Amino acid sequence: MKIRAQIGMVLNLDKCIGCHTCSVTCKNVWTNREGVEYAWFNNVETKPGVGYPREWENQTKWNGGWRRKKSGRIEPRIGAKWRVLANIFANPDLPEIDDYYEPFTFDYEHLQTAKESKAFPTARPRSLITGERIEKIGWGPNWEEILGGEFEKRSKDVNFEGVQKEIYGEFENTFMMYLPRLCEHCLNPACVAVCPSGAIYKREEDGIVLIDQDKCRGWRMCVSGCPYKKIYYNWSSGKSEKCIFCYPRIEAGQPTVCSETCVGRIRYLGVILYDADRIEAAAATADEQDLYEEQLSLFLDPNDPAVIAQARADGVPESWIEAARHSPVWKMAMEWKVAFPLHPEYRTLPMVWYVPPLSPIQSAAASGRMGIDGDMPDVRSLRIPLRYLANMLTAGKEEPVALALERMLAMRAYMRAKTVDGRLDPRIAEKVGLTGGAIEEMYQVMAIANYEDRFVIPTAHREWSEDAYEERGSCGFSFGNGCSGGETDLNLFATNKTGKARNPMEIA
Amino acid sequence: MSAYLNHLLFGWYPYLCLTVFLLGSLIRFDREQYTWKTGSSQLLRRRQLRWGSNLFHVGILVIFGGHFVGLLTPIWVFDALGISHSFKQGLAITVGGIAGIACFIGIAMLAHRRLFDPRIRATSSFGDIAILLLLWVQLTLGLSTIFVSLGHMDGHEMVKFMNWAQGILTLQPEASAYVADVSPVFKAHLLLGMTIFLVFPFTRLVHIWSAPVWYLGRPGYQVVRTRFADPAKRRASFPAARPAVQAGPARTTRRQGE
Repeated sequence: MKIRAQIGMVLNLDKCIGCHTCSVTCKNVWTNREGVEYAWFNNVETKPGVGYPREWENQTKWNGGWRRKKSGRIEPRIGAKWRVLANIFANPDLPEIDDYYEPFTFDYEHLQTAKESKAFPTARPRSLITGERIEKIGWGPNWEEILGGEFEKRSKDVNFEGVQKEIYGEFENTFMMYLPRLCEHCLNPACVAVCPSGAIYKREEDGIVLIDQDKCRGWRMCVSGCPYKKIYYNWSSGKSEKCIFCYPRIEAGQPTVCSETCVGRIRYLGVILYDADRIEAAAATADEQDLYEEQLSLFLDPNDPAVIAQARADGVPESWIEAARHSPVWKMAMEWKVAFPLHPEYRTLPMVWYVPPLSPIQSAAASGRMGIDGDMPDVRSLRIPLRYLANMLTAGKEEPVALALERMLAMRAYMRAKTVDGRLDPRIAEKVGLTGGAIEEMYQVMAIANYEDRFVIPTAHREWSEDAYEERGSCGFSFGNGCSGGETDLNLFATNKTGKARNPMEIA
Repeated sequence: MSAYLNHLLFGWYPYLCLTVFLLGSLIRFDREQYTWKTGSSQLLRRRQLRWGSNLFHVGILVIFGGHFVGLLTPIWVFDALGISHSFKQGLAITVGGIAGIACFIGIAMLAHRRLFDPRIRATSSFGDIAILLLLWVQLTLGLSTIFVSLGHMDGHEMVKFMNWAQGILTLQPEASAYVADVSPVFKAHLLLGMTIFLVFPFTRLVHIWSAPVWYLGRPGYQVVRTRFADPAKRRASFPAARPAVQAGPARTTRRQGE
């Protein structure tokens, strides 16, 4: 057992109102630059829909994620290493920018400089790549907002697999939900695996997956390898970029920008301890539908003395173990089992999890023809098909998602009984395998969602890895040689330089 | 005068080009890591790239390998192996010709795409276009030398180039004399070839240095970095009253099976 810690995220889709504040604040901070105008480290999709980039979930088209071979081992779906190199001159699995959208701006200046005319002056669109006029914008990062476009096109959504989707094209039966997406900071990241330069890495201390901008050579395999299409090739710099989980903020104990600014308070950040030795075995599980449970089995109980001892031995700081005991991510994923990984069948073991949304009861149920199970409606009669959610969150296995939805309904029923009727009804809790106390805590964390309950982030121990004395007078965040002294840490053959002058501080 | 010019161009110029090529690459690698990249434009336009780029790259790699082995292998090695000059000449014309034509088709597609696709044109630097056209001209020159070579299939002309190239690399002061009387097409091909070495560090060609063949030997798939060189040291340094001593860059450790 080798214990590592990761800051995980949970998004409570039940409370997402689709306001895109997360996307916009993220963009303003991280991707407001030439070359990544089209890139949204965080975006919010309306489901059902094909998403951004188009049909990103369709892995028969894009070949993202991992594939389990007959031998029982896994390899990237775009191919083994020699296959990756064989395709390096022209990557057959790379989306074109039009699959995202061609970035555009508008001729705003024309509104001020237009001469007097009979017609109202308009600001027409212009490409940010070529500077040329775009006559008609045909696709954008959020083209399907609130079920925009025809059902015919939206229903290409692969989550409809096994669902009789035709009836959901009818107005009376239509349903929708929001899906905010960002890099999953996977335990078994496919982008890392396919990077020929070895420029992408997972940080041991907090699990954040980053691209070394100095080592990236722009072979663009990561874009194909990532099944979530959350690595973006910067067409201006020629390097790939991705969500950095706002690591400068995380290191300082602050939530990511998307989490901080979420007006619906749907985002949670907390520490998860996991067994790094079992990652490959878990990712290679034979049955896709077992991947969710396998990933759960990697997460280690921070209250278990054996786990604590091993975590200490593996160098997890005490403050991180303590934070893991109060982690909202642990509570939702492990204690209440209401959070799920996005598309576990990609075998990447993602670490941004989702609480499935409740939805109104279908009209059929309201008219008394469909099941009301005791005090609570049958989750199978909710408007969003259970199978649809299961396809998204558990590789199609419905029972775990059904239990989560029942627990969320039970939380409502229990709290309604308590606050409206003034009675405590432990039967409601027992029915879904919880206690009254657990439900009250669920209510506190998931419904009230105070800041300190949502974000339990221990600060990084910079003092363990850096000598602050050496850092004095140095430069902050910048690209390229922004303020470098002209030294790189690698030599011409991309290995560490040796023979470095001995640091005068290193006398201990 | 012509002897002087010949010595200037084929005796001195090679060293200028090689020096700039090597030192320039080194300095750029050291100073400008962020600019060290392939400069792929596939994201902006897939069209013409699958065929163009594959034909170009495979062709030029074969040609490069052929030049490298053909020019720099000492003549006695060929003699020892019993490979005659005329056979080698024939092989060079055949393999080089096929690879050259593939490369020519590829580079034509790439050049067309770069010059006439509005997206690619708008995002191309002067260097991107210039190096592509330089390579195209060089390839054309190289292909046209085939017609000259067909006139002397015994391979004696080729030996001149081998002597010249090996003479330059072994610092023979009179190496330029070997190529004094070769066809002007060859001279142009040599000059442009050296010039490509000269401009190499200033263009996207630097990505050749970083051809990721090492990827095949990478153990496992995952890369995990720790900021701490050694967990034991980390524990030892905490809660130390003195400054931690793990100065320096984050180390990369790669582990299998993660």
